[in-house]
Amino acid sequence: MEGDIAMTSRTITRQDLVDELHARTKVPKPQCQAFLTAMLNELERAIIAEDTVKLSGFGNFVVRSKKERVGRNPKTGKEVPITPRRVVTFRPSQILRERINGPRAR
Amino acid sequence: MLRSELVRALRASSPDDVKPAQVEAMVDIVFESICAALERGDRVELRGFGAFSVRERDARQGRNPRTGVSVDVGAKRVPFFKAGKELRHKVNLGAGAARGD
Repeated sequence: MEGDIAMTSRTITRQDLVDELHARTKVPKPQCQAFLTAMLNELERAIIAEDTVKLSGFGNFVVRSKKERVGRNPKTGKEVPITPRRVVTFRPSQILRERINGPRAR
Repeated sequence: MLRSELVRALRASSPDDVKPAQVEAMVDIVFESICAALERGDRVELRGFGAFSVRERDARQGRNPRTGVSVDVGAKRVPFFKAGKELRHKVNLGAGAARGD
């Protein structure tokens, strides 16, 4: 089966990351929260403005342009044009891939 | 943008009590926490930005593109990112109006 792994998996949120920052740096939590917000805003700004964000050891965010194509309404089966658009893709680094999958692959 | 440029930008706008010297360590902690969560099979949901999760790929029959020999590719787990609604919209806005392409 393909798809997300359900069951027993937790969902990590901003709050968990703030707690982790606080635990490891002793910086007060409100400042950790401000930092995380600033970091995500900066990543977002760069993805939009520069199209590519390369984070060694983690992965690359790349904006790709999609041409117009024909889609289908899954409910009615009607064909509808999908307008050209820009989408964000994430290409995980080899290091992250191996951490997730184990080094045995390939 | 590179990781080093992210650190530099955050140093410049470093909020209140965060010393410039701490910025790089904090950037590392955030990425490391996300990687560690995915390694455990957890999902990381950052509202507005997007969500990281682990997806399972079925085993499949692959082919060496050079030799044409078919090989078994085992099932595997891959990191996956889905952009949040807000990010998706902002990226798309840049396409039409602002850039005119």
